[in-house]
Amino acid sequence: MSLDPVILFFALGALARLAKSDLRLPEALYETLSIYLLIAIGLKGGAQLAVQPLSTLWPVALAAIALSAAVPLLLYPVLRGPVRLGAADAASIAAHYGSVSVVTFAVAQGALSRAGIEPDAYLAMLVALMEAPGIVVGVLLARRGLAREGGTPTGATPRGWGALLHEVLFGKAVVLLLGGIAIGWAAGPQALAPLDPLFVGLFKGVLALFLLELGLVAGGRLQDLKRAGPRLLAFGLLAPPVLAVLGGALGLALGLSVAGVATLATLAASASYIAAPTAMRIAVPQANPSLSIGVALGVTFPFNVLVGIPIYVAAARALGG
Amino acid sequence: MDTHERRLLTIITEAALERALVADARRFGAHGYTVLDVRGGGMHGDREGAWEADRSIEMQVVCTTEVAERIAAHVLAQYAPNYAVSLYLSDVRVFRAQKY
Repeated sequence: MSLDPVILFFALGALARLAKSDLRLPEALYETLSIYLLIAIGLKGGAQLAVQPLSTLWPVALAAIALSAAVPLLLYPVLRGPVRLGAADAASIAAHYGSVSVVTFAVAQGALSRAGIEPDAYLAMLVALMEAPGIVVGVLLARRGLAREGGTPTGATPRGWGALLHEVLFGKAVVLLLGGIAIGWAAGPQALAPLDPLFVGLFKGVLALFLLELGLVAGGRLQDLKRAGPRLLAFGLLAPPVLAVLGGALGLALGLSVAGVATLATLAASASYIAAPTAMRIAVPQANPSLSIGVALGVTFPFNVLVGIPIYVAAARALGG
Repeated sequence: MDTHERRLLTIITEAALERALVADARRFGAHGYTVLDVRGGGMHGDREGAWEADRSIEMQVVCTTEVAERIAAHVLAQYAPNYAVSLYLSDVRVFRAQKY
């Protein structure tokens, strides 16, 4: 099988960065591309939901929320123990993994399509549902851990729960994904057809540009990782496959399709770098963001798109087929 | 033309703090503010502003000495321990005293 060109763009970005090229995407373009991707994913899911009954999705939706909340609880002791991090850093990284990566999701959908498997409509909804719970659990872990360490969890935090929940639930990722799903669902596939040239036809190309940018950012994070040491690096490589097994097993237990199992595995294995970094920066300022972003974007994201997703899809096919 | 002495408080910090800083500035008596997107580096590395978590802002507040000191004291106590913060005061002269 030939390599997905979208992934090669990620490699190009990382290479350009490591070679100290002057290549730099304007920040406004990055912002535009990420807004585009979130809307396009939401619309696509919503349009397909319009022709499918919603009532059967409750168990999957609840399981996805529970999975996102459970991941930080599983990872936190590992990050505190073997990885030897303090409470704030361990909780922050755990929250990044509890939340999910929209771009990793998009790459997985692409891989499924290339394998001839049509992804189910409701899967975009899972991305929106899994953004927030992991972040909230991560913040709770940080507060408890910092209180035990004798820190000042509340005193040093500029804003309370209200502001954090607002940040998480009305952050652009959740607003655009859910908004896109709602618009797609309300309008239906026929009314959306005029928008297809932009949101469907250009999707792969935009994803390629976005991955070029992510490659540039990830390449710049490698320096942070050197400082973080081999334990965190090992964590970034080992956590995704373990979490993928968990997500995949949950998908099989729920009786999901091959695409559903592969996607749930991918979402469990992925780490957020849109919603989580901003939310954690506000809620747990004591955590060093270069550690969490370094491992989420510098290690886990490339691992998932290069190695993980092909394995998750193949495993889901073998087990579900 | 008459001019009046005021202070320009400049705070360069992480974009994540923008909303909180605006609320703080208002709370401590500033009548207005200006926020710019910026990029730069310091003792703890570079912030290139290429994406969300890497974005920095410069906030400028023209106000009386008293208000500037109240905002600065709050920023130093509340944010400086955990966030990238650079702040300084400069003297400026304004034309309309009641505006600042």
